[in-house]
Amino acid sequence: MRYAVEHSTVYEYGGDVAHSHHLLHLRPRESAFQRCPEHTLNLDPEPSWMQEGADAFGNPIVRLEYDRSHDRLVVTSELQIEVLARSLDSPESAQPWEAVGNRLSYHAVELAPLDLDACRFRMQSDHVPLKQAFVDYAQDCFAPRRSLFAAAADLQSKIHRDFKYLPGSTTNRTSIVEVLEKRRGVCQDFAHLMIGCLRSRGLAARYVSGYIRTVRKDGEAAVGGDASHAWVSVYCPPIGWVDFDPTNDCLVGEDHVTLAWGRDFGDVSPLRGMIVGGGRHKLKVDVRVQPIS
Amino acid sequence: MDGQGRVRPHWQGLIEGIFEDDAQAARRATEFTRRMIVENGVTYNVYADDQGRDRPWILDPLPYLISAQDWASIETGIAQRARLLNAVLADLYGKQELLSKGALPPEIPYGHPNFLWPCSGVKPAGSRWLSIYAADLARSADGRWWVIADRTQAPSGPGYALENRQIVRRAFPHLAQSMDVRPLGAFFAALRDELLRDIAEEPLAVVLTPGSFNETYFEHAYLARQLGFPLVEGHDLTVRNESVFLKTLSGLRRVHTILRRLDDDFCDPVELRVDSALGVPGLLTAIRKGNVAMANALGSGVLESPAWLGFLPAVAEQLIGEKLSLPSVATWWCGEPPAFESVIANLSNLVIKSTYPNQKFTALFGSELDSGERDALIARMRALPHAFVAQEHLAFSQAPVWYTKNDDGFSARALGIRVYAIATPNGYRVMPGGLARFASNAHAEIVSMQRGGGSKDIWVLSESAAGSEEATAPIARSDRTPPKHQDLPSTLVENLFWMGRYAERCESKTRLLRATLGLRRNLPFLAQAMEICKQLGASSVFDTEKSFTLSGDIARLGECAARVRGSLSGENWRAVTVLQRDFRRAESARSDARETLDSLLLSLAALAGFALDDMTQDDGWRFMMIGRRLERLQFLADLISRRLGDPRTPLRQELEWLLEIGDSSITYRTRYRAPPVWDGTIELLIYDEKNPRALAFQWRAINTLLIEVAESLGAKPQDTLYDAVSTLVELKYAHLGDERDGVQTSRRALAHRLDNIELAAAELSELLTSQHFSHSDFDLRAVSA
Repeated sequence: MRYAVEHSTVYEYGGDVAHSHHLLHLRPRESAFQRCPEHTLNLDPEPSWMQEGADAFGNPIVRLEYDRSHDRLVVTSELQIEVLARSLDSPESAQPWEAVGNRLSYHAVELAPLDLDACRFRMQSDHVPLKQAFVDYAQDCFAPRRSLFAAAADLQSKIHRDFKYLPGSTTNRTSIVEVLEKRRGVCQDFAHLMIGCLRSRGLAARYVSGYIRTVRKDGEAAVGGDASHAWVSVYCPPIGWVDFDPTNDCLVGEDHVTLAWGRDFGDVSPLRGMIVGGGRHKLKVDVRVQPIS
Repeated sequence: MDGQGRVRPHWQGLIEGIFEDDAQAARRATEFTRRMIVENGVTYNVYADDQGRDRPWILDPLPYLISAQDWASIETGIAQRARLLNAVLADLYGKQELLSKGALPPEIPYGHPNFLWPCSGVKPAGSRWLSIYAADLARSADGRWWVIADRTQAPSGPGYALENRQIVRRAFPHLAQSMDVRPLGAFFAALRDELLRDIAEEPLAVVLTPGSFNETYFEHAYLARQLGFPLVEGHDLTVRNESVFLKTLSGLRRVHTILRRLDDDFCDPVELRVDSALGVPGLLTAIRKGNVAMANALGSGVLESPAWLGFLPAVAEQLIGEKLSLPSVATWWCGEPPAFESVIANLSNLVIKSTYPNQKFTALFGSELDSGERDALIARMRALPHAFVAQEHLAFSQAPVWYTKNDDGFSARALGIRVYAIATPNGYRVMPGGLARFASNAHAEIVSMQRGGGSKDIWVLSESAAGSEEATAPIARSDRTPPKHQDLPSTLVENLFWMGRYAERCESKTRLLRATLGLRRNLPFLAQAMEICKQLGASSVFDTEKSFTLSGDIARLGECAARVRGSLSGENWRAVTVLQRDFRRAESARSDARETLDSLLLSLAALAGFALDDMTQDDGWRFMMIGRRLERLQFLADLISRRLGDPRTPLRQELEWLLEIGDSSITYRTRYRAPPVWDGTIELLIYDEKNPRALAFQWRAINTLLIEVAESLGAKPQDTLYDAVSTLVELKYAHLGDERDGVQTSRRALAHRLDNIELAAAELSELLTSQHFSHSDFDLRAVSA
């Protein structure tokens, strides 16, 4: 599938911003299942300093600095991207979940590069504490010796079933402990919660930031299609990383555009920054993902 | 003392030396030490301490002695360990071969909040991750030293160690010399050189502190002063185009090195902890570019976990090909199943600690748990074994301590020492001394300043004349880069300016209230005086309700003083805190108002004295004095103008009231030897340039200070007062004392001109703010989408 994506972010500041620094995760990362021939980033006003690079997880980033006073910032990201189908050969061949946990634990032996990479994503992080409550919540998905793939698929359905998608019910700083109690949230919360359930069992799971096509093939509007989307990638050796979307209860495929991945939202938030001055600000984010032929 | 409770041989000289003269030596030294601590303002803040924010540092005058031979092995061990840990950091933030080869568990760094992913791949200049390293050591009964913990983030204490030395050396002036104790000065000179190393021209290093609420703030200020570096907070720095700048009075000044006492994850809210208001946005861009050196490198805090200890011997062999010469206390990381099972089996002999500093877990002694607590702990550990560490329960060796509340004799306390090393071009150099800390009571085993223990100076005895070269080195070499006034952070100066203003505002309001309380109840003028008090923001002595009150100004004075604490002497700071405390006490006890005002006025007079006599007269001081003068000018102009608005001829008591507020009653009496009249009062309070309370004196002083500031900053002097002052001076000879028609007119004219003066003063204040403090805006906020 080919998509045209437009993602605009508008800050209307209540007062002048004298100086600011920003960090953008808006360029899609290249991977085996997507190619992005065109990406333009429009910035208004023009920054006084700009630098492109990659973060520690291999995601493309853009750093900006503004040293002139401004009261409005508009960041528009436009991309054309081709997403390929992901074929999963015999997903049931994934190792049992206990075996994966054990494989990633320390045994004072050499670790394969893929396994070491997975180890980055199995510890607590800012948005994902490790809790017994998460182990308990997912207990029925993790029957002994069940394949991790099957268990994760079950967990994704369970979250989809148990939680209400309710925009505005949480913020960026709402803890997943509270999300678990109140049983509601948005895609970011469901992704964090699912990651918490996996990591609390010693498994590796990462947070993926991206987009989902606004109108699905069946004509239905996808949940999370009008904003940035987020889902979970689970390390299921020997298959590798498999992406689950608990918000839509589906495997990630041709409908999803990947921007970046990290331990949690904090590593890959599309646009973060620190401003001097500015007063109260209004924020407007608009995302459109349209198929093109 | 040794294992048998005998005094170790190298202590003999000390004990004999002290008691040579008389048996009262111990008591005298203890008293001297306590007094010095208070006078020097040495404090250690304890969060949520019910004794107030500052607690005096506790120093036992009896030094802790370490023989040359013992020291040699500590010195070698610490230098080696610093080198090893530096190499571990280089690997963790580089290729991570220690992890891929299985030498270290990935769980430890990857779960650690101070393992900073954005710093991976960043290589500091000279591969120096650790510029300063510290280790906590303890001695077992057999006399061996063990490393208990590594301090790699921003080791606290070297400043306290230096201060301790300076006090203890004065307590026993002859002893340090006759016993040939190794001096500390050369170490600090080397630290200074290290921080300014490889910088071509006009090097500027700063000490970055989280602020005056931090527990070791005293030390941050002390170190900054000793090293001759500005003490700054995050908002004093700004990153522009991948370089760090200090916001100073005269503009932005490039910063080359940051000695940080702020935890690494707080340092850059753009790329690290987003909730940090203490950091410097964009700092990492400057670090990556190599435009600023951090001591220590961001991310070095990851080594502060007991979990590493058990792995270090093998890592030492692998990484630097050496055997670890100083052992760590036996430690097991519970993330390995066999280690975990044996820890559970031996729980009663072990101390359980957390792997990560952000875990909500305090160390537990297995031996102190009942069976329920034990089961709960095991369940908790089993759920996340990698988050726990078990350590052998090492019995600390005890040391003699004098510092006890009631008696003069020795008592024995568990003791640990903190030893410091710094990177130099010739490898790590260890401070010949350090900080000894003892437990709070005879049975306690945990040694910590936060838990109420005390400290001692460490005397390392030198072998023959080895110490003589060190002895001649000065503490901080001021010849290379004398601290320059243009390096004054503008927020510091702004706070000094406001401290001056608030101190003077408090004084004016106190005088106004006191004079008004002194008026006879039946005076018709009383109601008017009270109305003036209300208009000038002093409607009552104790009034916590509104912000525009004396009580509010006292609080603001305290806030400003806290922000400039590094520039105040110990006594000066203490005077501010005592003033605050006394006033709050009087407020809550609803003490007698006049008495409260009398004592407040005395305290404020002391502050004024400190301002004149106790501060370096740099630009910061000049701004503080301008603040004081401006405030006095505005207040007096406002007060007199309000009285002039009333057409009645003032009664004698009213003029006496005015003179008292203007602190000029005695001057008036001495000069005129008669009851006050309008003309004389106006002359004395407005035009008399010899009266330090008069308006004329204020504008002269302000003018002089403005010229000095302009000269020192190489700018043109600004004086918005000039026009307003000249029109006021023209009126000088108008008659004000008669009842003729023209008098009312000229009174109104005077009032009008006083109002202009007040406006001009406000304008000057605005102008100074916009010219010199414009960079000091630290209204920093996070945005995220």
